[in-house]
Amino acid sequence: MHTLLVMNSMHKLTPSPVGSQIAAAQRHIRTPAVELSQATVTFGRGDNQVPALSETSLKIGDGEFLALVGPSGCGKSTILKLAAGLIKPTTGAVFVGGREVEAKALRIGMAFQNPTLLPWLTIEKNVMMPLKIVRPFRHEFRAKKKTEFRDRVHALLEEVGLKGFANHYPWQLSGGMLQRANLCRALVHEPRLLLLDEPFGALDQFTREELWSTLQDLWLKLKPTVLLVTHDLKEAGYLAERICVMSARPGRILDDSAVNFPRPRTVEMTFEPGFVELNQRLRGLIVEARSGNTATSEVRP
Amino acid sequence: MNEQFKRRIAAGALIVAFFVTWEALCILLGVSDLVLPRPSQVFTTLFTRINVLWPHIVQTLMTTMVGFACGVSVGVIIGSVIGVSRTAYDTAYPLLIGFSSIPKVAVVPIFVLWFGSGTVPAILTAIVICFFPIVVNIATGLATTEPEQEDTLKALGASKFDILWNVGLPRTMPFFFAALKVAITYAFVGTVLSETVASNRGIGNVMMSASSNFDVPLVFAGLFILAGMGVTLYAIFSAIEGRVIGWATRKNEIAT
Repeated sequence: MHTLLVMNSMHKLTPSPVGSQIAAAQRHIRTPAVELSQATVTFGRGDNQVPALSETSLKIGDGEFLALVGPSGCGKSTILKLAAGLIKPTTGAVFVGGREVEAKALRIGMAFQNPTLLPWLTIEKNVMMPLKIVRPFRHEFRAKKKTEFRDRVHALLEEVGLKGFANHYPWQLSGGMLQRANLCRALVHEPRLLLLDEPFGALDQFTREELWSTLQDLWLKLKPTVLLVTHDLKEAGYLAERICVMSARPGRILDDSAVNFPRPRTVEMTFEPGFVELNQRLRGLIVEARSGNTATSEVRP
Repeated sequence: MNEQFKRRIAAGALIVAFFVTWEALCILLGVSDLVLPRPSQVFTTLFTRINVLWPHIVQTLMTTMVGFACGVSVGVIIGSVIGVSRTAYDTAYPLLIGFSSIPKVAVVPIFVLWFGSGTVPAILTAIVICFFPIVVNIATGLATTEPEQEDTLKALGASKFDILWNVGLPRTMPFFFAALKVAITYAFVGTVLSETVASNRGIGNVMMSASSNFDVPLVFAGLFILAGMGVTLYAIFSAIEGRVIGWATRKNEIAT
């Protein structure tokens, strides 16, 4: 049962390479950490209703690294917010760690494109914030903030190359450094589910590639479930084990492919034929989705 | 540092120039000290009669500080409530606007009616006049918190209070301090207003009786005292502000 992946209407899209890709991806699913079951999201009321997500079912296995790609405004971030429990589905259900999402069954870490570090706190205190909020750490926060927690934050900062910046303020750091600190904050409480919303979107190519490698290392080490929303197909291919392509608004999942390149991956691998081929196929799907060829009119019976 | 020093010199020079011009114009045009006393006369009055003025200064200062403290507390509480809850905002705002648009001179007689003349109506006037800017600024600060900053904490399972304490209130501090500086001057207005109408103590009362005795230099001495106290308290809050919310005014500093 835990292999149900696809849109209710997916079978209508055949013949296409989609069907076979789905089969390939299904084999990778382990115990689901996140499950969307026919979730629909509509923003606004009455005449101002905007459908953001049309009936979507999706399972993300425990410890899996899933990337969501698609045209802008297609509901990628909506899925992320559903998983974070920030919004509720209008219809359908969302399970995180096997429970309805309000239960907060899993520890969640989150990072946005905008680093959203708090300007009045030093980098150390910013990164430490989740430990102040999340159970069970919050009960020990007073006792351990100057010892164990502080060491943990410093170790993490060192790992991402921010050694010596613990006592700086966010405005003293560059964009790439802020995003590194942001990643640390998302990871410091050892979340089992990491939600990333275009975390590297605003960075230059080289900084981005560096951070891919950093994120890959952290993922291989801690093995959280990751849901990465991105515009960058190369980024998706480099980082993810599985890539889902979404259609234009209201979003649906069009394609679900496994990515089987060996780990750890390198930037050089992104120039190899297999990688380029994957990239081009995904790009084709998104171009098609943008032009509306996969007609939303045929989605609903 | 040098730049800052120059600015201070310029500000000081302007103040001196203002008084010198005033003095010179009074002498040149032969203005009677019943109309406009010269600054030198005002300062002389101030120093020769400081013994008489002192208890009144203390009275006005204490009344203002108590009123200000209460006004700020009330303002912070109301501001937090209506800043956090959209429903509370929509419900309470019309009433608050109505309340704040009443000229405060009009409420002094009511306070006098209820509490008699003296310190109590002065404190109450200071409160009602100074709490509103605090409410508006706290509410605005909280209501304009970046949703992503909140979301990051919400996803961690933070309670509303966690978010208010860790994001909302610290973020509101620049707004709060801006409001404090307005509120402290308003509190003086409230106190002096009430003292002028119904009290036998305080600078407001001194100015009132001095003007009915045509002791114009003493009236102006009262004004100078009020200005001096206002500037001093403003400077104190400015200094605290600089320490607490340096992160918000960092553009004046050199990034390291």
